[in-house]
Amino acid sequence: MATTAQPGASLMGASVRRKEDPRFITGTGRYTDDLKLAGQTYAAFVRSPHANATINAIDASAALAIPGVHAVLTGEDMKKAGVNPIPPGWLHPGIKIAEYRALAVGRVAHVGNAVAVVIADSPTIARDAADAVVVDYTDHPAVADAVSALKPGAPLVHADAPGNVVFTWQLGDAAATDAAIAGAKTVVKQHLVNQRLIANAMEPRASLASYDPAADELTLYVTSQNPHVHRLIMGAFVLGIPEHKFRVIAPDVGGGFGSKIFIYPEECVVAWASKVVGRPVKWTATRSEAYLTDAHGRDHDTDVEMAFDANGKIVALRVKTVANLGAYLTLFAPAVPTYLYGTLLSGQYNIPAIHVDVTAAYTHTTPVDAYRGAGRPEATYVLERTLDVAARQLGIDPAELRRRNLIAPDAFPFQTAVALQYDSGNYEPALDKALAMVDYKGFRAQQAAARAKGKLLGIGLSSYIEACGLAPSHIVGSLGAQAGLYESGVVRIHPTGKVTVLTGSHSHGQGHETTFAQIVASELGCTIDDVEIVHGDTGRVPFGMGTYGSRSGAVGGAAIFNSLQKVKEKGRKIAAHLLEAAPEDVDFAGGNYFVKGSPSRAKGFGEVALAAYLAHNIPADMEPGLEATTFFNPGNFVFPFGTHIAAVEVDSETGQVTVQRYVAVDDFGNVINPMIVDGQLHGGIAQGTAQALWEGAQYDSNGQLLTGSLMNYAIPKAEFLPNFETDRTVTPSPVNPLGVKGAGEAGTIASTAAVANAVIDALSPFGITHLDMPLTPAKIWSAIQGAKGGN
Amino acid sequence: MYPASFEYHPAASVQDALALLAKYGDEPKLLAGGHSLIPVMKLRFASPAHLIDIGRIPALSAITDGGSAVHIGATARHASVVSSPVVRQKVPLLAEVASHIGDPLIRNMGTIGGSLAHADPAADLPAAMLALGATLVATGPAGTRTIAADDFFTDVFTTALHPGEMLTEIRVPARGAGSGGAYEKNPDPASGYAIVGIAAQVQVSGGTITAARVGMTGLGPKAMRLAAVEGALTGKPATAATVAAAAAHAADGLVFVDDARGSAAYKGNLARVHTRRALARALAAATA
Ligand SMILES: Cc1cc2nc3c(=O)[nH]c(=O)nc-3n(C[C@H](O)[C@H](O)[C@H](O)COP(=O)(O)OP(=O)(O)OC[C@H]3O[C@@H](n4cnc5c(N)ncnc54)[C@H](O)[C@@H]3O)c2cc1C
Repeated sequence: MATTAQPGASLMGASVRRKEDPRFITGTGRYTDDLKLAGQTYAAFVRSPHANATINAIDASAALAIPGVHAVLTGEDMKKAGVNPIPPGWLHPGIKIAEYRALAVGRVAHVGNAVAVVIADSPTIARDAADAVVVDYTDHPAVADAVSALKPGAPLVHADAPGNVVFTWQLGDAAATDAAIAGAKTVVKQHLVNQRLIANAMEPRASLASYDPAADELTLYVTSQNPHVHRLIMGAFVLGIPEHKFRVIAPDVGGGFGSKIFIYPEECVVAWASKVVGRPVKWTATRSEAYLTDAHGRDHDTDVEMAFDANGKIVALRVKTVANLGAYLTLFAPAVPTYLYGTLLSGQYNIPAIHVDVTAAYTHTTPVDAYRGAGRPEATYVLERTLDVAARQLGIDPAELRRRNLIAPDAFPFQTAVALQYDSGNYEPALDKALAMVDYKGFRAQQAAARAKGKLLGIGLSSYIEACGLAPSHIVGSLGAQAGLYESGVVRIHPTGKVTVLTGSHSHGQGHETTFAQIVASELGCTIDDVEIVHGDTGRVPFGMGTYGSRSGAVGGAAIFNSLQKVKEKGRKIAAHLLEAAPEDVDFAGGNYFVKGSPSRAKGFGEVALAAYLAHNIPADMEPGLEATTFFNPGNFVFPFGTHIAAVEVDSETGQVTVQRYVAVDDFGNVINPMIVDGQLHGGIAQGTAQALWEGAQYDSNGQLLTGSLMNYAIPKAEFLPNFETDRTVTPSPVNPLGVKGAGEAGTIASTAAVANAVIDALSPFGITHLDMPLTPAKIWSAIQGAKGGN
Repeated sequence: MYPASFEYHPAASVQDALALLAKYGDEPKLLAGGHSLIPVMKLRFASPAHLIDIGRIPALSAITDGGSAVHIGATARHASVVSSPVVRQKVPLLAEVASHIGDPLIRNMGTIGGSLAHADPAADLPAAMLALGATLVATGPAGTRTIAADDFFTDVFTTALHPGEMLTEIRVPARGAGSGGAYEKNPDPASGYAIVGIAAQVQVSGGTITAARVGMTGLGPKAMRLAAVEGALTGKPATAATVAAAAAHAADGLVFVDDARGSAAYKGNLARVHTRRALARALAAATA
């Protein structure tokens, strides 16, 4: 239950109510679209209705004739003005980078590809005028799925990427894997499709740019998870604006799930156009535009071979994956199906030989990039789904099969066969706890009884590990990242002792204003209301990398924590000076510095802060002021893990799936705010369950998105889901001073496989061993009919 | 997205609305709850130049007890229908069906007349109208006429309303003793609209089914009665065996296609399963 802050008490581990929520739930949040600048104009985009077409001509005359239209701008205009293509932020050897222009030049490569922009006095005029722009296209055949795109003779997405191959990538020991598979007792083979998903953040993407000619300065408000990254890439690579003349502000942002990490065409166009028309320019996506242009997620086609010895021990794993990256490479795209995927293929298991082979393909579809979990849900699905297929084939209970293969608790640090070194972990207690919570034995008995009556119950496990807290800069640098992944944190103590924290992390739903304030309040002995968390503004916050990859607590929080130690240490010297004691004799607790052994000889933190700023009476060799900055660069990833279990019932007459129970036992290390962590987990489980049962982007063979709206793309609704039963084990992470791990993505990483396994388990009396997601009623019913020999 | 521009005309009365309809010829659209029309306008699938708002006409949303029938004004909101004591007592099936529409926000805005006039082939209320044998009252320049629900839905998004006419009232016969109804909906997980919805109302007397009406929505171009099912019920004993035998005819004469929602075979199966389930509950209600 939520508690309110008690001054002086440690707030670490307390379910403090979220400080930011009153403004969100009373409609006083300030999202990009809420902002209005004097003289503001509006952008509307002309988008390609074709997946693959040549642009022959663009006739804007009718649009320009509409009163209130300021400009119609095209890709040629942008190119002539010297605006560069948008670069990806992660490279591989041999990668084929297609030119990704904010407005297409000459040709389009997916439906929704922006071709021109209209700037007008109102959103309605802009829309009317965009509809009046006539684009003459020559339409060509398109290819939407990656496996087809890699076949000889497939329509080419980019002339300079032969065979539509973006790159190929391998990890692990191929020879050792081949040998182990050849000598194995049993080899389990499975083909798996991890379908394409669409993020659907509640707030559509938006941007508002304003150019100040007097200062030659551009300000961009944008729905970004990482405003400094936006500034760096847009300024240095796309627009050519020096950083000190470019301010990026990400105000309140209504969800991202990864989709707001990337540098999108629209913000580049809006930023450039504001300078061209000399007026602020705003653009807010419609939901339809969000479906067509927000980067999609997942979209893997995978062949797995998992080899076992006679005791059910995994001896090798071979994974071949085709990853669909869409029409262009966005910021993280090359890293998602490689370093965030292949490196996770050991899971919680001791697998001596692993080899993964990835081919990334261009297709005539919306770009694919990181979506909540990014690579790790795909890896977990490969392992956990295949383990269930194996369990059936080997005749070993799925829980037992997992248990036999777990990395032993005394094996840490554990070097996997796919590059990662797990620093800590203890997997069996989480598995046991989850099995006990769900009463696994009891469920199996209930299942058998139900089956006798023709009722289909199923249970599915997913024991996952993930690597988050992105990331050790030297490691990611050696892997092709074009930047490090540290985080900044400034703690500024004001003369009255109140605190402003500047963090490079960015909250778009995670509750940083609360959890970070809890860290501060616990360290300084103040209340969370004494603390202001500032984020999302390159004009106020030192360079930071933003929020994704479940990194805010483990990296951003650690930066703040370390700055707090610096501030406390300086305060101690000041207090010692004031108390005429040696610094090492002064302790700090409950907001007071005091002389060890005589607590009445004390100075409050506020008094010390004031002394630091008055500077009348501080140590002679000391600078005035009380403020510290840390750039925290983690030594390793953090490795949350756990076991999730879903129990489902399948209606054999309709194929309808009901999730009856969902149990999650996670190890996030130390937990700052259990309520917020549960909230993160719940949302993630909902999204992951949705992948298993409902969601899936579908294209037709012409590259038209068939699931382009909330009317035909099924996101999860509360009524579809049971109450989640959560518990935790606690293995603190050794790589950050808080001992925390990331909790933002675990729910999506674990749940998809748990739910899919449960459904297939329910269908096992029919001999069904696998169905690809989403496990829709129609698909399930047809499979049952097929198994029965009907139609 | 933003709709194309239009002129907005609030109507003060039915006469006022009809006059405005006449004045603007082919161009106008009536606006009731706006929950079908506005989405279509925002996508610019429709761009009417004039909107005539009938949502503010005071008497048009009344729900009254007409003795042998319940009279529901065309602009009564779905939520009002669900919570109306008269509806719940005299035509509980209608309250049940309306409770399945969308979510609370939709039910607080959408109107019964708007839903019926829109005639979405996956809407819930048309199935109820058919099962309940409702009469729809239309008012136009030539005065008022009544249309049987059976004759009202003519095709996809098409009704028997003439241009210049509007729906003003829906009259639903009150259920008598021994009558029971039920609605079985299989909602699309994305839209919430019915993949299939079966509304059944049966009359039982002395252990025999004396009358049955079954309305189906979702699986055809329009809501329709399942005549073969009804035929297999009438005059038969009120038993599970009768229900099962009748439900087997639910897809008779219907042609389904394979699409994103499933195979033709799956759809036929859904029709049969949900018909059986609706009939079983309707029988239970009739004999309770
Ligand atoms: C998110 C969402 C989910 C929904 N889910 C469902 C669902 O599960 N099941 C379901 O059945 N419906 C659903 N609906 C539709 C909802 O029930 C609408 O309210 C209904 O279809 C239309 O009613 P309205 O009053 O909003 O009509 P409007 O949108 O105002 O009008 C619809 C059409 O009917 C015409 N019209 C309106 N009133 C009259 C009248 N008195 N006489 C003649 N013509 C008239 C209008 O000109 C227009 O063409 C959903 C809608 C939304 C937005």
